[in-house]
Amino acid sequence: MIRDWQTQLVQLVLVLVVAPLLSGVTRKIKSRLLRRRGPSVFQPYRDILKLIRKETVIADNASWLFRTAPYVIFATTWLAAALIPTFAAGLAFSAAADVIVIVALLGTARFFLALAGLDVGTSFGGIGSSREMMFASLAEPAMLLVVFTVSLFAGSTQLSSISAHMTGPSVGLNISLALALIALIIVSIAENARIPVDNPATHLELTMVHEAMILEYSGRHLALIEAAASMKLLLYVSLIACIFTPWGTTVAGSDTLAYLIGLGAYALKLLAFGFALVMFETAIAKMRVFRVPEFLSVALMLGLLGAILLFISRVS
Amino acid sequence: MSGIPINSVTPFLLNQLAAYGVGLLLLLAALGILVCRRSFGIRFIYASCALVCSALVCVALWALLAPGQGLEAVEIPIGVPLGRTWLALDPLSAAFAVIVNLTTAIVSFYAIGHGTHAAEPQRVVPFYPAFVAAMNIVLLAQDAFSFLVGWEIMSLASWALVVSEDRSASNRRAGLVYLIMATGGAMALLLAFGILAGPEGGYTFDAMRQTAAFKPGAIVLALALIGAGSKAGLVPLHAWLPLAHPAAPSHVSALMSGVMTKVAVYGFVRIVFDLSGPPSWWWSIPVLIVAAITAILGVLYALMEHDLKRLLAYHTVENIGIIFIGLGLALAFEASGFAVAAALAIIAAIFHVFNHSLFKSLLVLGAGAVLSATGERDMERMGGLIHRMPVTAFAFLMGCIAISALPPFNGFVSEWLTFQAILMSPQLPQWIPRLLVPAVGATLACSAALAAACFVKAFGSTFLGRPRAPSAAAAKETDRWSLGAMLLLAALCLGAGVLPGFVIDSLAGVSNLLVGAQLPVQSDQPWLRIAPIDPARSAYNGLLVFSMIIIAAGLTGVIVRRFASHSLRRSPAWDCGFPEPSPAAQYSSSSFAQPIRRVFGSFVFRAREHVTMPKVGDTGKARLQLDLHDTLWEALYDPVIRFVNAAADRLNGFQFLTIRKYLMLVFAALVLLLVIIGAWR
Repeated sequence: MIRDWQTQLVQLVLVLVVAPLLSGVTRKIKSRLLRRRGPSVFQPYRDILKLIRKETVIADNASWLFRTAPYVIFATTWLAAALIPTFAAGLAFSAAADVIVIVALLGTARFFLALAGLDVGTSFGGIGSSREMMFASLAEPAMLLVVFTVSLFAGSTQLSSISAHMTGPSVGLNISLALALIALIIVSIAENARIPVDNPATHLELTMVHEAMILEYSGRHLALIEAAASMKLLLYVSLIACIFTPWGTTVAGSDTLAYLIGLGAYALKLLAFGFALVMFETAIAKMRVFRVPEFLSVALMLGLLGAILLFISRVS
Repeated sequence: MSGIPINSVTPFLLNQLAAYGVGLLLLLAALGILVCRRSFGIRFIYASCALVCSALVCVALWALLAPGQGLEAVEIPIGVPLGRTWLALDPLSAAFAVIVNLTTAIVSFYAIGHGTHAAEPQRVVPFYPAFVAAMNIVLLAQDAFSFLVGWEIMSLASWALVVSEDRSASNRRAGLVYLIMATGGAMALLLAFGILAGPEGGYTFDAMRQTAAFKPGAIVLALALIGAGSKAGLVPLHAWLPLAHPAAPSHVSALMSGVMTKVAVYGFVRIVFDLSGPPSWWWSIPVLIVAAITAILGVLYALMEHDLKRLLAYHTVENIGIIFIGLGLALAFEASGFAVAAALAIIAAIFHVFNHSLFKSLLVLGAGAVLSATGERDMERMGGLIHRMPVTAFAFLMGCIAISALPPFNGFVSEWLTFQAILMSPQLPQWIPRLLVPAVGATLACSAALAAACFVKAFGSTFLGRPRAPSAAAAKETDRWSLGAMLLLAALCLGAGVLPGFVIDSLAGVSNLLVGAQLPVQSDQPWLRIAPIDPARSAYNGLLVFSMIIIAAGLTGVIVRRFASHSLRRSPAWDCGFPEPSPAAQYSSSSFAQPIRRVFGSFVFRAREHVTMPKVGDTGKARLQLDLHDTLWEALYDPVIRFVNAAADRLNGFQFLTIRKYLMLVFAALVLLLVIIGAWR
């Protein structure tokens, strides 16, 4: 019990600290693949610190919602990221918030981000919010169907139990899980505004989505939103790692060495997934915005197929 | 005075108190006719309604939490010839009576302030208590006669309220469509009760339960779906709802959307789960299909809408779909003998009934406040109201979060419970439900995500941005009564989301009555969490999630305040360097929905966009024309209307015959009937 709370606290700090590093590493690898030298892997930390120290400029007609939204977005994303077992299963909050709650917490963050985009009443903010919600209307159900598949498979919606089940002996290769994995990868690409859905590096481009919503933000507010965005990337990578590659993750009550192995394995997984993500991004071109719904519908259909296969193959 | 032991109050006394409450409401309706011309009289009527409804909440809650042995109904010696009227609060009635009266009490409180704005209060005030009383009669009724009488008074009173502002043609049309649909629905329910009562005429619910196993349940199910479903707003019988609900004064709209649809759900549950005997497994299939279509179409219609109150009315349709998904799952589980799973599904459904009555009334009341402040229902002429109506905006935002099923509010909890019920369904023995349920789950997830999009649109174009019309720029915050009512509803939404265990526990009696099982007692769970089946399988702790969000946000705030730069400067909007001063350049409600319209609308609404560009060198305006079709109305209702009109034209000639021809017609009819009777024998 005490161990659970300790693990949970470590986890809360860990996601906060590691998230910018993951963004930094992916940017570095991407630059190298493009034969650029690229900024240091610690650049995201510097960016956040710089933003925090700068003056905050907000639009004349920004309301209280505009000023509170960054805190809500940051808090919900942080909580959601801390709910995913990264190096050890058996988090104290697992019994309080399952994977459906994680999806919904991300929904809360997105809801406030989209509202903040509309608050000042600029056309860029509107375009970003409207497209973000359109993507979400397909990405969120796809994600939930992945959740259904995995939960049915493990007999639980709690991530700690799912992770423990996946390390167990009863799990082999399974077509539903494969479909769920592909769907989840597509959803993570879309939700993190990566190529081919959105380009995290652009500015002033009519197809941008995430950047358009946060165009009016600056200073400490922007720092919080950037930190939340990098935590969201970490969250999705951790989620895929926790469900589909749970190797090395310790279970509750192990000794300290096992925890250290768990941490090492987690670091390796982050590196591997970050590399795979960047490879994919570099190899593919950005889509037109109305191709994205088709891309996401693939995820939705794969998720549905995976769930239906499990529903009808279950012998009662 | 020491507390009265909870069991010392007989159920009979509670039933009697409830019956007195209904009587008082009817009395208020009569009194309303006398005092409705004075502002003090209007306030008095609404305040009394709030008081009586609060008392009814207490009575019903008592009956729900301390169900007595047996049911000693109150007997009123009026009814069908030689019959009597039976009123009682069994757990199902009590649960719905709590939901209905709680929301009604708060809405009446709102009306103390809002109701005096009405142009012709004498057309609203007397009907309001009658409407509330009729809903209570439906809930209390323990026989088909009083149920149907209550149902009809409810329909007629609400119709009178819908047409109370009948100066516009659209309101008159709404009233007409509503009246026709209500008549059809009541007819279906009458037939359903007729079948259940059987040739012996056992019209009390007790008599129906005893003989239910020998009745054609399938026909009863179909009639209940039509009768209760048309009142609740199941697609395709929803057509009257987005016309009629917004036409009424706002506090009445809140009751119609938030409460009357729940009375319809009650009617369906009462007939199908309680009176029709054990269900067959295939009953769940039509219910689930209709429910899923209702959920997704409701939200898509809402997304296309830019009238705030109509948007909310379409969302009622969506939420009714979500409720019926829960009911359909419960039917499937009950028929296959999975009693605990059935209890989970039915509690998810009734929890959503409770939640929806809270947040939908909150949102409609907010729309009413905006309507009386700006005189507008069209979101394309609003904007920036968060600066001028901050408290309304705050309460409305809470409602938006709740209805979008986002934690830590209550809408999320009932949706989470429904998802848990869906995850129980692979154990169903039949193939068709097992194939159907994942698709239903996908539809539910899709409609939740679309609802979030829709409420970003609704809140964004109403309260955020810059005012699009002078009326929105000049709006003033609404009165204190209304604000109090909205904040109270928002607090209840949060409360039910943070402490859902108490709601689930108090519904135990309902699931025992309907499916013969109950969920584990949630107040035994540590840390006030809920674990509907087994804590190892799934658990949710709203309190923890809520407090963690607060703590995380607070901590961030403290750290930012301690370490970050404090300087904050206001400046003109950045907008990538090219800000457009005209408020018309903002994203509007329909441009916000454009991407979703392109993805979903081309199929559902046959949406087409035509862009007319001026020739090169021509300085005329370019035009964007949008064609949207209400495909359901065109496919189902238009043919009926055309047929009725054509038949009326044909029959018109019969009005102008000579008396000789009329006599011949009568004679021919007589001969025809005799021939038929002769052939029959």
